[in-house]
Amino acid sequence: MTQSEGDLAVTELHFVRRYSIPAQRPPAKMTGAFGWLRDNLLSSPFNIALTLAIVLLAVWAVPEIVKFLFIDAVWTGSDRDACLESVQHREIGACWPFVWERLPYFIYGSYPIPERWRVDVFFAMLAIGVVWLLWLNAPRRDLGAFYFFVVVPIASYVLLHGFAAIGLPVVDTVLWGGVLVTIVLSAVGIVVSLPIGVVLALGRRSRMPAVRLLSTTFIEFVRGVPLITVLFMASVMLPLFVPERFEPDKLLRALIGIALFASAYMAEVVRAGLQAIPKGQYEGAMAVGLTYSQMMRLIVLPQALKITIPNIVNTYIGLFKDTTLVLIVGIFDLLRTIEVARIDPKWATPVTSTTGYVVAAIFYLIFCYGMSRYARAMEARLAKGDKR
Amino acid sequence: MWTDKPAPARPARVAFYNDPRVRSFAYQFVLCAAVALVVYGAVSNAIDHLHRAHIASGFGFWDQTAGFDISQTLISYSSQASTYGRAFWVGLLNTLLVASLGIVFATVLGFVIGISRLSKNWLLSKVAGGYVETIRNLPLLLQLLFWYNAVLKALPDIRDSIVFDGSIFLNNRGLYLPKPITGAGFGWVEVAFLVGIVGAVAFGFWARKRQESTGRQAPVFLVSLALVIGLPLAVLALAGVPIHFEPPQAGRFNIRGGIEVLPEFAALLFGLSIYTAAFIAEVVRAGILAVSPGQVEAAYSLGLRPRPTLRLIVVPQAMRVIIPPLTNQYLNLTKNSSLAVAIGYPDLVQVFTGTVLNQTGQAVEVVAITMLVYLTISLLTSLAMNFYNRRMALVER
Repeated sequence: MTQSEGDLAVTELHFVRRYSIPAQRPPAKMTGAFGWLRDNLLSSPFNIALTLAIVLLAVWAVPEIVKFLFIDAVWTGSDRDACLESVQHREIGACWPFVWERLPYFIYGSYPIPERWRVDVFFAMLAIGVVWLLWLNAPRRDLGAFYFFVVVPIASYVLLHGFAAIGLPVVDTVLWGGVLVTIVLSAVGIVVSLPIGVVLALGRRSRMPAVRLLSTTFIEFVRGVPLITVLFMASVMLPLFVPERFEPDKLLRALIGIALFASAYMAEVVRAGLQAIPKGQYEGAMAVGLTYSQMMRLIVLPQALKITIPNIVNTYIGLFKDTTLVLIVGIFDLLRTIEVARIDPKWATPVTSTTGYVVAAIFYLIFCYGMSRYARAMEARLAKGDKR
Repeated sequence: MWTDKPAPARPARVAFYNDPRVRSFAYQFVLCAAVALVVYGAVSNAIDHLHRAHIASGFGFWDQTAGFDISQTLISYSSQASTYGRAFWVGLLNTLLVASLGIVFATVLGFVIGISRLSKNWLLSKVAGGYVETIRNLPLLLQLLFWYNAVLKALPDIRDSIVFDGSIFLNNRGLYLPKPITGAGFGWVEVAFLVGIVGAVAFGFWARKRQESTGRQAPVFLVSLALVIGLPLAVLALAGVPIHFEPPQAGRFNIRGGIEVLPEFAALLFGLSIYTAAFIAEVVRAGILAVSPGQVEAAYSLGLRPRPTLRLIVVPQAMRVIIPPLTNQYLNLTKNSSLAVAIGYPDLVQVFTGTVLNQTGQAVEVVAITMLVYLTISLLTSLAMNFYNRRMALVER
């Protein structure tokens, strides 16, 4: 069969395939676990070195930590002998019996033992309030806000401080301590700082020069100095400034210091939110004849606070961590109770300090990490609303 | 009936108490009066209290003899001869020392971790993420106490010091390093160092001018390095190395000579650097993510290679976002250095608001001076920041 070259292409052979052949499987090296390893861990010599270094670090560090916390740890015992290397003749890790014995002290401080149920009730009330407010689909959240901002503070004060008329003996605040004080300080800071912060933020954006000047001065002053000096001011200068008969007790002084400090930071967070609200919202509110307070209450603040929720929660995390500073002005918060317990001769061993700090670290990690997860979830939720 | 005449134009009459100007004035007046009243009450109470407690007021204590020792002094200080004023300066310098070193370490560590978090290496980014999440969620005070009490105080005591190389001692009283003793002719090395810095700055200016006019680049980094480090080294060699190191001498109860690094200082420096680095890492990450990927793609399509892209396109734009929050972190670090009081490092707060306040009882003056110092630092920084922002602001239409 002889044909010219021209005919060949047209009639006989199809250079263009008319059906697709089944796709070949990608090389095994590029997919699955191997591919993932190649892409994520071993993509270049530098990356291989990094991966190796981290793996070596982990191989060295992780077993050490596990050994300290679990394998070498002491689980039972009644005093320091159980956790002393010279007595036990073996390597000693964390000293858990110390924590078991001192746990009530870490939680309640020196709160009288027969009255400790009151602290438990307070924790429960607070927990209900927090869940009610944070769970966004909870029923009657308006009632929840009233409960959290009005009922809980009053009931807690009566419960914790005592009220002789209804048969609750008064417990002096010097006896409070541990987690109780940490929670009280941060709860009061949280409840008080938001309203004061909103007022300060509005003041800073006010058109009245005197209001603006006073708010700005306060905010910049407090934000420019360390918390510890504010606490010193509250604890040594405040008693000078008020008449003797109103002299606040130590805990109240620290509370005032922390609340003022947190308010200034909150004011800046709220101000950022207010600035993010488009001008049209303000103008629209004024155009329909709302007064200033109606405009703020009904139009601006709901939007501004909504978009600042993540930042507000972040400020709360900072506040929660900052409450530890009160130990410097002599208040028995969780960290201070651990400091006291770890040097108690009954339990003083080389591992006691580390064990105590591990407990504190777990406590703060759980709370702060929880809050930051919540902030992130809120952020994601809000971002969803803005997508169209 | 109707008329063509319009109704007589009556000016809108508002009751005077509804006039916004009157209201605004009244509010401000009430507020100022209330503040004045509170301040007056506070001041008169304070005067009353101080008078009854026989506490002196005013700043007379500044020139009185302090009479207490300070464990770390950068300037000469003695408990018998030095005044409270001198103690203030000692404390302030200690604060500035730990803050400036902390800033350097935190910046380096923070940038490394922030960039690691964006690494393509899965393991590395997870480790960096874990670091940030853990450190940021633990109170700084807890970390400081951990470093001080659980790590540094758990080191062997002085007789069982860990010795490196026969000249570096590490124990629970501190770290002892050899002390450099300079001989005659070392002054020339210092002069060379200063000349090197001036030369490097001048060269930078010249190189920039030339690049702007001719487009030719000069190896600024290498030349600067040679001027700042190479020149002093060369002079040092020429002068016959007029420097030797005096190792600390271990005695039975203490170690004499050498440079002593207090465990309080080390714990504070570790704690502050590690804590602030976690925040700086987040700032850096956010800054790098803020540069849109289109910028990198555009640079690649212009033919720039990865390294120049990073240096010329990404970093300058990221720095614009990074620097304001970074300065904020520096300020936080400086303010947080006041936690030194919890572990006994003699910083401004520990020396002045602690010891001086306890000895003189003049709470108002002492706390006011301390706050003023921190306020000054903050205000100076924010002024510098405003200046920078104005220079770096995007020129918009």
